[in-house]
Amino acid sequence: MSTTVADDFQGHAHDHHDADHKPGFFARWFMSTNHKDIGTLYLIFAIVAGIIGGGISGMMRHELAEPGIQYLEHWALMFEGAGAGEAQALHLWNVLITAHGLIMVFFMVMPAMIGGFGNWFVPIMIGAPDMAFPRMNNISFWMLIPAFVLLLCSTFVPGGSGNGAGTGWTVYAPLSTSGSPGPAVDLVILSLHLAGVSSILGAINFITTIFNMRAPGMTLHKMPLFAWSVLVTAFLLLISLPVLAAAITMLLTDRNFGTVFYDAAGGGDPVLYQHLFWFFGHPEVYIMILPGFGMISHIVSTFSRKPIFGYLGMAYAMVAIGVVGFIVWAHHMFTTGMSVNVKMYFTAATMVIAVPTGVKIFSWIATMWGGSISFRTPMVWALGFIFMFTVGGVTGVVLANGGVDDNLHDTYYVVAHFHYVLSLGAVFALFAGFYYWFPKMSGRMYNELLGHLHFWVFFVGVNLLFFPMHFLGVSGMPRRIPDYPEAYTFWNSIATHGYDLAIVGVLIFFVNIIWALVAGKKAEANPWGEGATTLEWTLPSPPPYHQFETLPVVD
Amino acid sequence: MNKTINGFIMAMALGLGAVASNAAYAQEAPAPAEAAVEAAAPANAAANAAESAAPAYEHLKPVEGVGMPKPGQMNFQDQASPTGHYAYWMHSWVLMPVITAITLLVLALLLWVMVRYRRGANPVASRTSHNTMIEVVWTLLPVLILIGIAIPSIDLLAKQLKPAPKDALTVKVTGYQWYWGYEYPDNEIGEYVSNMLPPEKAKANGEPALLGVDNRLVLPVGVPVKLIITGADVIHSFSVPAFWLKEDAVPGRLNERTVTIEKEGVYYGQCSELCGDRHAFMPIAVEAVSPERFAHWVHAQGGKMVGEAAAAAPAPAEATPAPAPAAETTAAAPAVAPAKS
Repeated sequence: MSTTVADDFQGHAHDHHDADHKPGFFARWFMSTNHKDIGTLYLIFAIVAGIIGGGISGMMRHELAEPGIQYLEHWALMFEGAGAGEAQALHLWNVLITAHGLIMVFFMVMPAMIGGFGNWFVPIMIGAPDMAFPRMNNISFWMLIPAFVLLLCSTFVPGGSGNGAGTGWTVYAPLSTSGSPGPAVDLVILSLHLAGVSSILGAINFITTIFNMRAPGMTLHKMPLFAWSVLVTAFLLLISLPVLAAAITMLLTDRNFGTVFYDAAGGGDPVLYQHLFWFFGHPEVYIMILPGFGMISHIVSTFSRKPIFGYLGMAYAMVAIGVVGFIVWAHHMFTTGMSVNVKMYFTAATMVIAVPTGVKIFSWIATMWGGSISFRTPMVWALGFIFMFTVGGVTGVVLANGGVDDNLHDTYYVVAHFHYVLSLGAVFALFAGFYYWFPKMSGRMYNELLGHLHFWVFFVGVNLLFFPMHFLGVSGMPRRIPDYPEAYTFWNSIATHGYDLAIVGVLIFFVNIIWALVAGKKAEANPWGEGATTLEWTLPSPPPYHQFETLPVVD
Repeated sequence: MNKTINGFIMAMALGLGAVASNAAYAQEAPAPAEAAVEAAAPANAAANAAESAAPAYEHLKPVEGVGMPKPGQMNFQDQASPTGHYAYWMHSWVLMPVITAITLLVLALLLWVMVRYRRGANPVASRTSHNTMIEVVWTLLPVLILIGIAIPSIDLLAKQLKPAPKDALTVKVTGYQWYWGYEYPDNEIGEYVSNMLPPEKAKANGEPALLGVDNRLVLPVGVPVKLIITGADVIHSFSVPAFWLKEDAVPGRLNERTVTIEKEGVYYGQCSELCGDRHAFMPIAVEAVSPERFAHWVHAQGGKMVGEAAAAAPAPAEATPAPAPAAETTAAAPAVAPAKS
């Protein structure tokens, strides 16, 4: 399939080497069917979305720096004009939390992990010339653009007291149905539909590619762990996203066509929505972290100059996490009034996930054990990931206990927990992967000193930002509130300082990237030495426009 | 790396320290509660003397740091119910030690490999990539630990969700955008509305801003109270951290939770499910009083205790007029809602 595309280019490029002929700017970046270019587009998209989502966190953190409403009323005036009052200001808060969640989940982490690094490196790692369906790959990316535009547009149309959807990223009915008049929530639903279709197509593409296009000799049990992680992730996407699509379609019809799926007054049930949402939502959290697991495995192995310890255990631990991830969803719903037996089941099932996760943590450490570790920037991020993910993981074990969760549910403890696994887990993995593969993708070396500085500033910043949230949570501060009792002031102000520091870290990252692109020294095919054994390091940096015209043979 | 990680260990240690120091908090608590009982006693005598007169009921004053968060607090609020104590034990003496030990183990292993196997110290890497024994161990050991956690955890769930005894006091809690409604069908007290006090007024009353309310949920101590929790418009969540209690108020569902409060006092909570604009401003305040004082309050509201109802009217005690007040109150509630400024 991909050869057809390549042949088109060959027709008018006889004086170039076929593998490295690139189409013109518009054809290359707007009509791309090349997995590396699409991967680059995904990464750029994720960075843009990350800046917006991260900016929203800044607005929220500064509003929460002290008790009382500081900025919301001012922002509401800027945002909605002179008519905006207290109700609009408070609604704006809910819009911010909703937008932050949706942007970070659907438009930052997922596009970066799967769309970006998955597209770039899965075909290369398995020795394939491109993805199985290059044009479908193109539409996967380009559907994300209108999805994001719809989400951003939703903030400019009415959604209740003010503009925008103020439902939280979970879009729970009936707040999202009878509780949110106006078109904003409809736009969000359509946005999620498009993002979902995009991800389902991407998932089909990855599954087909990985099952059918591995180089001769590369059995599934020899396949690099990052490809394994994307394979498991793709199955999670394929199975969970249709359920989300069904759930939000019923929301849409409840809102617009008089159905009562989630309306108790008509015989429906709001809790049905939560079951459907979390049947998608829990696999979703593994969708966001599994590709990170894959990246961390390669980085740890590369910089320890050792093969991955317990490769098969690592691969099947991810499979186990994926499978068990589908039968634990209702631990997000411990306070909805489930029966005692159901709560007991979900408590026990949820704790099971700690076992394969533990296998991964210990295997990473065992990979380093006996190794010859060099502390290059990607490795430092990977080490940070392993520890921070452990901290986030163990608070997950606490929350898994339905009885204990009664006091922690919907408090800042939960916010701390999922930011430790996502903002310090997934995002650390993304930075690790970015530094690891940046020389390969761009052909330039980043600055090692700036990379380390970025790590330390960001590491201290995000820990200051999120660790105090555990204290806020156990002492009872609920999530999703713009104002809080004065007793919570101290830890909130510490968290806000932590945010400011973390942002400095992110600025260092951008300086580093720009510096590298402008003045970075040229990267070799394999800048990491003997530890880097996967196929991408056998190609020049950056790789040719079409790689593996002759398939590599793996023995 | 050492510096930051040291910071982390300190943070962890502080967390543990907070757990340990809770014992001290627990001992401070009874004193104010006793004071409250003494204050209540004369009032009760008066109530018994002139039952029908419905004398004025004096509300409890909250005690700083009890039933509410303390500034800079790093631990749970002091628990005031048996399941709360159990859950607190479960968290602080089962889960915290286990997760702290695991985190420190991972940290120690990471630091060890970083020091021992850095390139300077170990220039030639080994090629080891398997060790079946250790893989089996680090799979099975967590399983055993988790079983150890699951046993008390499941027992805790069973205790928390044990159905209320027949003689439990029933109170219906309804979440509205953005206030709570409380109704006492056993005591023939129709639904009344509980709104957040404006912050200045709360402070003038000696209550924490954003937590103080105009009409508290008054409950007796030492008696099982069956809370029937529901939502009228969107989903809210009824939460009192000091009782280790949180239950969603879902439209169309009647969620039931039982709580036995051990100590008198005022206990605060906040709505814990995003419910729209004023989600942050619909606090919960429970005033827990002695059964005598509770009877006094019931009379002051024009209600009756269960036994009295049977004595006054020969009708069976069970036959409280349930449907009528429900209809009334849903109609009345919006009218009581505060005019939004």
